[in-house]
Amino acid sequence: MTMPSHTASAAVPTNRAVDWPGTLRDAGLAAFVALLLTLPLVGLRTIDRPTGLGIEARPDEVIASIVLVFLGRLGLGLIRQNLALPVLVLALACAGVGLVLPMPTQVLRLVLVAGGGIIALRAAITLTTGRSKLSQAERDRRMDRVAVQVQHATRYIAPVAIIGAAILPLTPIADRQILDIGILLLTYIMLGWGLNIVVGLAGLLDLGYVAFYAVGAYSYALLAHYFGLSFWVCLPLAGLLAALSGVLLGFPVLRLRGDYFAIVTLGFGEIIRIILVNWYQFTGGPNGISGIPRPSFFGIADFTRTPSEGMAAFHELFGLEFSSLHRIVFLYYLILALALVVNLFTLRVRKLPLGRAWEALREDEIASASLGINRTNMKLAAFAIAAMFGGFAGSFFATRQGFISPESFTFIESAIILAIVVLGGMGSQIGVVVATLLVIGLPEAFRELADYRMLAFGMGMVVIMLWRPRGLLAHRDPTILLHGGRKPQAQNAGAAR
Amino acid sequence: MLKVSGVHTFYGAIEALKGIDLEIGSGEIVSLIGANGAGKSTLLMTLCGSPRARQGRVVFEGEDITDLPTHEIVRRGIAQSPEGRRIFPRMSVLENLQMGSIVAKPGSFETELERVLTLFPRLKERIHQRAGTMSGGEQQMLAIGRALMSQPRLLLLDEPSLGLAPLIVKQIFQVIKAINEEQKMTVFMVEQNAFHALKLAHRGYVMVNGRITMTGSGAQLLADPEVRAAYLEGGH
Repeated sequence: MTMPSHTASAAVPTNRAVDWPGTLRDAGLAAFVALLLTLPLVGLRTIDRPTGLGIEARPDEVIASIVLVFLGRLGLGLIRQNLALPVLVLALACAGVGLVLPMPTQVLRLVLVAGGGIIALRAAITLTTGRSKLSQAERDRRMDRVAVQVQHATRYIAPVAIIGAAILPLTPIADRQILDIGILLLTYIMLGWGLNIVVGLAGLLDLGYVAFYAVGAYSYALLAHYFGLSFWVCLPLAGLLAALSGVLLGFPVLRLRGDYFAIVTLGFGEIIRIILVNWYQFTGGPNGISGIPRPSFFGIADFTRTPSEGMAAFHELFGLEFSSLHRIVFLYYLILALALVVNLFTLRVRKLPLGRAWEALREDEIASASLGINRTNMKLAAFAIAAMFGGFAGSFFATRQGFISPESFTFIESAIILAIVVLGGMGSQIGVVVATLLVIGLPEAFRELADYRMLAFGMGMVVIMLWRPRGLLAHRDPTILLHGGRKPQAQNAGAAR
Repeated sequence: MLKVSGVHTFYGAIEALKGIDLEIGSGEIVSLIGANGAGKSTLLMTLCGSPRARQGRVVFEGEDITDLPTHEIVRRGIAQSPEGRRIFPRMSVLENLQMGSIVAKPGSFETELERVLTLFPRLKERIHQRAGTMSGGEQQMLAIGRALMSQPRLLLLDEPSLGLAPLIVKQIFQVIKAINEEQKMTVFMVEQNAFHALKLAHRGYVMVNGRITMTGSGAQLLADPEVRAAYLEGGH
């Protein structure tokens, strides 16, 4: 929709000549900031030499990034001075060049396409609305609207996504790599959904969730190692032990609030890891535990070519050609099922008194207590249940890897899972999925960016925190409606949350 | 119904309540007035067990509830509309009311809901709205309604008129009167708005610096020259 030209002139100084010196100065300043930032971040690179670690300068990349920042800032400046149309054309040209012509590095291509695209979008918005920039409030409102629509559309998206995930291994594109990435994503989705119970529903900031993941993994590994128990016996046991450790941690900690609580959970995560490292005789210490048994097909069949005695071979049982992929496919379905169990639990519990009490605690602890909610029990329940799901995920992790060591359960894992929950929008189930695709999926997809992968990851985080500080999909729908009353627009979309 | 005797409450080393004695009879409206920082809210919180009284007893319907945890006290039939309302902002009005019915008798939700929505028709209009987006007066109505959902025998109100327009204050006090008359609800109210609070109350207490300094019927206190000078004139 185009606005009448007189409104446009109110916002954009139409008849004034372009302020070239000012714009150039502004762009130069941005380029200078880029110089300061890129010099240490991009300009230097450590390389392995036979004599030790050396440093190599990379002037080309620095110059390229400064020039790009200069041009980008210039473009943005000119948009504001009624030159949106030429900028639009140039930015599109830039993006096109980046897309079509061969580039020395993938990074340059990405910057050209993404940067050109964003500036072109900005120019297009200016041309259509007559304003150079949306106000922050308006931008937030617009994005909120989109987020709400996405969340409501989840009612339709979710079944499609689940069916899609379910038939993925049967499609021809499912090779080993795709399935491995799928399993990785689903593991993090499950962990995200599990942590969402504590952080999103009960509002307790848990920085040590990985501890329960570790308890689950080691429970299975040790039970299998010392007692030779099978995966299917150990799965519930691992969940139970993790829940128990959740309760053990919970009792002393739940009296604390806010930041203090977070710090103690952080400590708990480290304690578990340090115990695992130091209890050499029992846990194998830093060497970890190897040779963890692979899961069988529900205790009926094995996925090996020559199964151990008392077991059938999976491929013979189903009359299939032997393929090492069978086990991967089975693992994929296993983690898909486990993740869906967590999701189903959360969706159901939000409609039950337990889940409501959690949400009330998150909103206001004092008010909850004054309504007769037993704070300690509710928090313990949240902790234990989330820990149990973490334990399930952990024993899955152990059986999938076949090898675990304390290395896999460092604080950064907790941080990533928490990032998934917070970026997705605390309490939002679909948000966890979207955030996992971003946080875990993107770095996997951009492996070819090599060194710049984590830089792009950091930039993505900053952008999300700037534009969606409460998380990508943070809208919350009520869980009950008045009988016979008029249904509000924001009707709860079953699977949406 | 509720008997408070010799209650001392401390915040760390600071003594906020210095020996409170008061009594609330069944079916009464009792108002406690006093200046900022006199300890009115502390007394109300102490009745609910947080903070706990260091000395003295709180006896509700013959049972000593001084050392019970908050949620147990609420289960005995005492509901509080806390200071600053403390509704759940991200939840809808209906969900807020539902949270109030946690300790209520099972199966009573529908009838209680009907009763609260009749008392506060505004809440019915906003039933699916996010509670945090409502006006201050509506939030206060919700806080009282939420407390009523637990079917209490004693309703504690902490500054129900705080920060509200005079017209809304009037409405709120009318509703409190109606609850008392129609449902025979016992109400203990803490207020800075001494005029309204005493006009409505059967009996009143005046609190100064953690002590009860004066007591009498609402009309007596309203007429008392000291009370008038300290809490009524100038302010209203």
